[in-house]
Amino acid sequence: MNPLYRRRRRRNGIAMGLATGATVLGLGWLAMILGVLLWEGSSGLSLRVFSEMTPPPGADGGLLNAVVGSVLMTTLAVLIGTPIGVLAGTYMAEYGRYERLTSVVRFINDVLLSAPSIVVGLFVYEIMVTPMGHFSGYAGAVALAVIVIPVVVRTTEDMLLLVPNQLREAAAALGMPRAYVIRRVAYRAARAGMLTGVLLAVARISGETAPLLFTALNNQFWSLNMNAPMASLPVIIFQFALSPYEDWQRLAWTGALIITIAVLGLSIFARALAASRRAA
Amino acid sequence: MPSSREKPVTDMAIGREAFGGADVASRSRVLRRMRLNDLGFRWITRGAALAVLALLGGVIVSLVVGAAPALRAFGFGFLIDESWNPVTETFGALAPIYGTVVTSLIAMAIAVPIGLLIAIFLTELCPLWLRRPIGIAIELLAGIPSIIYGIWGLFVFAPFLQRTLQPALIDLFGNVPLLAAVFEGPPYGIGILTAGLILAIMVLPFITSISRDVFEAVPPVLKEAAYGIGCTTWEVVRHVVIPYTRVGVIGGVMLGLGRALGETMAVTFVIGNAHKVPVSILAPGTTISATIANEFTEAVGDLYTASLVALGLILFVITFTVLAIARYMLMRIERRAGA
Repeated sequence: MNPLYRRRRRRNGIAMGLATGATVLGLGWLAMILGVLLWEGSSGLSLRVFSEMTPPPGADGGLLNAVVGSVLMTTLAVLIGTPIGVLAGTYMAEYGRYERLTSVVRFINDVLLSAPSIVVGLFVYEIMVTPMGHFSGYAGAVALAVIVIPVVVRTTEDMLLLVPNQLREAAAALGMPRAYVIRRVAYRAARAGMLTGVLLAVARISGETAPLLFTALNNQFWSLNMNAPMASLPVIIFQFALSPYEDWQRLAWTGALIITIAVLGLSIFARALAASRRAA
Repeated sequence: MPSSREKPVTDMAIGREAFGGADVASRSRVLRRMRLNDLGFRWITRGAALAVLALLGGVIVSLVVGAAPALRAFGFGFLIDESWNPVTETFGALAPIYGTVVTSLIAMAIAVPIGLLIAIFLTELCPLWLRRPIGIAIELLAGIPSIIYGIWGLFVFAPFLQRTLQPALIDLFGNVPLLAAVFEGPPYGIGILTAGLILAIMVLPFITSISRDVFEAVPPVLKEAAYGIGCTTWEVVRHVVIPYTRVGVIGGVMLGLGRALGETMAVTFVIGNAHKVPVSILAPGTTISATIANEFTEAVGDLYTASLVALGLILFVITFTVLAIARYMLMRIERRAGA
């Protein structure tokens, strides 16, 4: 073999070895994090976690009020964010597909999609907490809704753009007005994809901590009052993990495991939904 | 035509009852209702689209209004002042800005090469049956909330670094001039380096999945031509794939940088929260988002709160710029792939 060829082969071998090594390292690292989480979290997992309130240090307890708070705020956030997101995505894909406004909104939306969530918390603090004079579950839900909107806008637009134009033309040829074509034909064809978007948005906000820190704040007690400070799983994890008490830290690990399972479950379900639609 | 006696026919599309032989008057009524409905729906959706723009405007305006007292009190000096003293009410953003930039740079220095190598593995080397599972795994990992990385960093990673990597670095560079200052001080475990490493693990899935997507956009015919003249896999990647996708890769990297700059929870756990500009990367520091997360609810006095909001404004301006550039570059490569 001539030396040039050998050198090229060797260089190729090194580079490809590095690529394989990086993959093993990267995936192994991430798998290790999940493994530690499963190990540390499952040891504290019991029915009590879902049936008792967050305890004072040194006492037994669970995470019930935090789980309920998270569910309440997430639900309200989705109820606020989804309609706005779906309608905006509809305008971009249907009425205004070729307008300048659409490309501007798409650009801004993409930036909002990855904007730092702590800034969203500051924004909602300024527009809700300051005027109301106190922290509240409503403010937390609005902050989460601000994160939901860009996700839903993006998927709605993408999914509606995938609907074949022939469907719309056929409906229009029957004399259907535009609004009916969109609602009765396009929405139906894109339903699974749009639902996927909402599920991904839920997955995204169910682990968000930063926007809740100074909107919903926290609450050690059972409360369903959305107009008062409200506990949430991520904020409780934050508080408990940084505390010096061993049993609080244990509960933080358990909470982290619950969130991870919920988020992974939602994303896998969303993916399966999208895949089944593609296969059909 | 006696319309009133005919049986109502349900209109499938409209979902309401309409009369088969409806007279002209009711027909025009139905049409008018449809037109109004259409017009109404059009304006509602347009309003929602404008609301997305208003959201961005609202964020900027509310941050500027909230930060105004601090900006008036400190002016541009705010950006270059290291002091952060709630008692004397003098605040400066230099330490948080420095921490944000340095942790993000450490993260990118590690995550970019590894992410690109994984993307190369996935597009060029990986057996076909393994590609989808690994790709999905990476996308799922990108969705794991940052607080998970934070709690892992605090309880597992920081003690691990304190025992292993940090003493090794101190021993290794302790006698090298210049570098000794960078790796100076006791191994706390927490600190700027730890935060940077955790950020690297966090942004790795983002960078990997975006670079894989842009690598896959290379037309197969280009790669086949290069293989056809005898190039090795590395040469194909180096001279065909990367030049073709350069803009997209930079866009993906900038997107990851945007994430790293704004990341809050993973960093807050391990940064150490010290308002200093340390030379050593082993020392505790702070970042913009960690400062806000730690101090906002405890801030007393208007000037303190306003200074924290001003930090948020700075963070927003930085990330907005980075993300806008990233999106612009990704848009360019999408347009080329579409053409």
